Amino acid sequence: MRLTPRTHVPRWLTPLLAVLALGLTLALTAGPIRLAGANPSAAFNYYLLRPLTSTYSILEVLLAAIPLMFTGLAALVAFRSGYYNIGGEGQFIAGAIAATAIAAFLPGLPALVALPLALAGGALAGALWGLVPALLRVRRGIDEVVTTLLLNPVALLLVQGLLNGPWRNPETGFPESAPLPTAYQLPRLIPGARLHAGIIVALLIALAIWITLRHTALGLESRAVGLSPHAAAFSGIRVERTMLKGALTSAAIAGVGGASQVMGLQHRLTGEVSLGFGYTGIIVATLAALIVPAAIAAAVLIATITVGAESAARALQLPPQMGRVMTATLLLVTVCIVLFRRYRIVGWRRILRRRT
Amino acid sequence: MNLVALLAATLVTATPLLYAAIGEVITERAGVLNLGIEGTMYAGAFVGFLVAFRSGSPWVGLAAAIATGAVAGLLMAFLTVTLGVNQHVSGIGTTLLLIGASEFTNRLLFGSGTLQQIHKFSLLFKGVPGLEMYLLTFLGFAVVAPLTWWVLRSTGAGLRVRAVGENPEAADAAGINVARTRYAALVVGGMLMAVGGAFLTLAVLGTFTLNITNGRGWVAIALVIFARWRTWPAVAGALLFAVVDAGQLQLAITPAFAHVPRELLIALPYLVVIGALALAGRGLRYPGAYLKPYRRT
Amino acid sequence: MSDPTPLVALRGIHKRFGDVVANEDVTLDVLPGEVHAILGENGAGKTTLMRILYGLSTADRGTIEVLGRAVSIGSPKDALRHGIGMVTQHFALVGPMTVIDNVLLTSSGLGPLDRRAARERVLEVVDHLGVSINPDAVVEELSVGEQQRVEIIKALYQGAKVLILDEPTAVLVPQESQALLDAVRRLTAEGLGVVFISHKLHEVAAISQRVSVLRHGRIVSTMPTAGASPAELAELMVGRSVAAVLREERRVTTTVTADDAPPLLKVESLSLAGESGAKPLLHDIALTVRSGEILALAGVSGNGQRELADVLSGVRRPTTGSVTLDGADITHATPRGLLEAGLGRIPEDRHGSVIPDLSVAENLVIEELDRFRRGPFLDHAGIRRHAEVLIERFAIKAAPQDRIGGLSGGNMQKVLLARVLAREPKAIVVAQPTRGLDVGAGEYVHQQLLERRADGAAILLMSEDLDEVHALADRIAVIFEGEIMGVVDAEQTSRADLGLMMAGTRASDLPSPDRQAPAHPSRGASEPVPGEGSTP
Repeated sequence: MRLTPRTHVPRWLTPLLAVLALGLTLALTAGPIRLAGANPSAAFNYYLLRPLTSTYSILEVLLAAIPLMFTGLAALVAFRSGYYNIGGEGQFIAGAIAATAIAAFLPGLPALVALPLALAGGALAGALWGLVPALLRVRRGIDEVVTTLLLNPVALLLVQGLLNGPWRNPETGFPESAPLPTAYQLPRLIPGARLHAGIIVALLIALAIWITLRHTALGLESRAVGLSPHAAAFSGIRVERTMLKGALTSAAIAGVGGASQVMGLQHRLTGEVSLGFGYTGIIVATLAALIVPAAIAAAVLIATITVGAESAARALQLPPQMGRVMTATLLLVTVCIVLFRRYRIVGWRRILRRRT
Repeated sequence: MNLVALLAATLVTATPLLYAAIGEVITERAGVLNLGIEGTMYAGAFVGFLVAFRSGSPWVGLAAAIATGAVAGLLMAFLTVTLGVNQHVSGIGTTLLLIGASEFTNRLLFGSGTLQQIHKFSLLFKGVPGLEMYLLTFLGFAVVAPLTWWVLRSTGAGLRVRAVGENPEAADAAGINVARTRYAALVVGGMLMAVGGAFLTLAVLGTFTLNITNGRGWVAIALVIFARWRTWPAVAGALLFAVVDAGQLQLAITPAFAHVPRELLIALPYLVVIGALALAGRGLRYPGAYLKPYRRT
Repeated sequence: MSDPTPLVALRGIHKRFGDVVANEDVTLDVLPGEVHAILGENGAGKTTLMRILYGLSTADRGTIEVLGRAVSIGSPKDALRHGIGMVTQHFALVGPMTVIDNVLLTSSGLGPLDRRAARERVLEVVDHLGVSINPDAVVEELSVGEQQRVEIIKALYQGAKVLILDEPTAVLVPQESQALLDAVRRLTAEGLGVVFISHKLHEVAAISQRVSVLRHGRIVSTMPTAGASPAELAELMVGRSVAAVLREERRVTTTVTADDAPPLLKVESLSLAGESGAKPLLHDIALTVRSGEILALAGVSGNGQRELADVLSGVRRPTTGSVTLDGADITHATPRGLLEAGLGRIPEDRHGSVIPDLSVAENLVIEELDRFRRGPFLDHAGIRRHAEVLIERFAIKAAPQDRIGGLSGGNMQKVLLARVLAREPKAIVVAQPTRGLDVGAGEYVHQQLLERRADGAAILLMSEDLDEVHALADRIAVIFEGEIMGVVDAEQTSRADLGLMMAGTRASDLPSPDRQAPAHPSRGASEPVPGEGSTP
């Protein structure tokens, strides 16, 4: 039995593999769920189906999906350019810090100016946070995985330092910033629900990325560089420049995500502004096979699981961390199964015949 | 500054890094980047604590942690060696899975309050300043590091690991089973990483808290590159990081540094490592087969 | 006197890969104390045969005998157990490790290494070979010749009685080649047998007792070296196949290039240094291709064609020398600069020049995206139309949106051709254009090149296929060991002469032209073109 590369991918294969991935994930997580004393099918119901049944919970799911859309798109852009940006977490936090800082220094601006300004500040901060690793990679060939990774805890320490020090809320004394002026709060889209305009920003960014990748020369060049840097260089594309652009764009998007999170959800900066969104973004991008619309869908899927896990915790006494276990399992199962898209197993028929 | 206290703190801080870095040296020498290191340490810490708690003995806990590390190594090996999946994604996925599973089990068994103390490892040479240290620390510096150095350098097993990481085609032509060697490297490496994590719960804290590893796994990865994949420089790197890390605690209470934010001092070691990478990074020679899965053509 | 039992014998070996027959009914043996040379062009089947003998491959039919007994060899370990060792062209050495460690790699278990014992044994072997090598030296710091010696030491350390050397002097400077031949003589004096694969006639003559010529997978002759003339061997090696005759008759008769056609592509004094200690990859190359002319660069694989193609494609920088196109200096141009200067590049490595996961249309325009911009956006409709035109014109069997990685070799080559030719370049550098293609696709490619020639392009064709060279070339330059042996008129030069040049004879040293029958007697003899080639 061997793996040989496929020449042609049948249309029915991809949806089949997606279903298979999900099924395998459920099968693998059923055991631990049972051991934890809960009924697996009840759990799956809470995780995957119930969140989508009521308007309220759908809105909560979309709300939870917003930061994942940003970090997922950030990872997508980077990976597409062949640059492994694992620093989305830190870039996200940097963006949140920048938005808070702008709000603190320019509190009197009207919303029309404040909102774009703070979001742009988030983008800039994210890009700056990702600048050093990107330059080290492009100029010196230093692996970006380690450098981006190490800046994540530094970002967390930075936000903690600010919140424990100069930005500590004077009224409550807690390590959280003062509330943002109203002008800097992203408007809610639906009265009574927490869903905020950040989702529109995320979707606009998604659209911009999609258009760029498909309809601009830069997009085509980036794709070429990410797929076959050698052939791209042969065709006259400037590989280093293209990769740098991808790296910085990615970091900027993550930064906007952080800004959006501060301005849309909590309306103040806290140490928990990111709950591992940067890393989950990598899962989102990988599940989506680096396809933009799929990334939005993947973000919603993971948000569904996250929201569902919370309600399952209350109803079934099942710890909500199972949501993260399920998401990580889904990732690993998916990357294994995706192999079947590229390779065929040769000889399995022969083995079956021998056995029967 | 109390130098004796600094030395003791340095040794304690360096121990998890030492085990983790040596574990990663072994796997990267075989050609595999193991980004599951952070998750392996975390799971080692948690399982070590859990089993020590239930059994009453930190030694039993340590054994369980080692077994966990081996399983983590097997998972990474299956993904990257047998299936040839992208090593970055496999590693991050494994880390997230192991951390999620640990926190899940923690919540399930212990709820969300603070955890009890366990009977933890005691210090050797207790009361003797300068010599007082944990057995695991002693073992790490005096046994694990020299043993690893010796095996990589002077045994057939070490030769195979190095060959497989540099030029798997040549190793294959010499009759070496590339996959089996990489599996072994990942399992052994995983076990060491788990010990590094277990040290935090079984020796240092005596209990488990969330975020216990706090990115030490990533630091170990940087140290391995900085040490150019050699054992003793990795040990030195661990000590260097530990000195800065332990030192900043002492610095924080001195009058001169009282106004410097604590977080900046904590961040200092990470920044130093990045700076070191930037400076020493020029002309780095990665193991020849780094990140490349091997398929016999 | 009874015949000595051969150390090793191959009998009736058949091997095919899909439709291609690599070895057909091959029988040869190696006697104790003999050097048996195997001569053949690329694709003749030499390497396949040796891989079978060394266990890297298995024959479909046939037997291998060691000392008269049939054995089964399934892996290099088996081969070594039976006393068969091989030194391949690409060394199986681990660079950062020492010589001793590399030797120990093949012969140690998991436990502690006894380097002292190994060192002693290695020094013994080194002594036998009559060479000097420091066992504690790090392999990647050794010269290429020394590294090769390490490979030989590895085989001898394991007790090899038969040594297969695959093109061993391909990467060696003359002094090292001499040292190698001396070492081989010492080994055979002790009773070892050596299989010496080469395409260099002077070496074969110097070192071997018997020579077998392999062509198209068959042994065409096995004879004692002493009695064989170089001309005879060269003719046997390159031969004239029926297909070649047919192709020459079908050759498109276009106008002969006018002597006053302007030279477009000029390569002057081009050299490329090798790694430290190794011989230069290219030495003092001088070539001129005129407008409306095809200059073919012929030679056995591994003599510098790839390096020259890399330099001309902008992938590698030459150490000295210059390249000009229509007067403009393109020596250090980037790929983009070359495109803009009007140079078309059709490289040997198809897969390395297309992006497999992108579509046919995208690959067709990737070199010149600026042409298809509308504002900040790509003109998808324009790209598609462009692709459709080219698909039609070049008969590419694919749709514009098909993933190019799934195309057959022939179609992929057509895409590369289309991409280059559609820009109507002034000069084209093309390497191995029909390798792996079926006859129809190959014919088509040739047709296109001839049409460009008629349009006035200067074409530098690098090919290891002499039939192709004869079908297309106006003039032929032969490259050997990184130097040009000579540039000759295609019509006037016989196959045998070409074979000699490919095997190391300079054009100026060839036997006099009037003693040779010209390739086309109907055309009659005319003045041979004075050789360009290397500066003396």
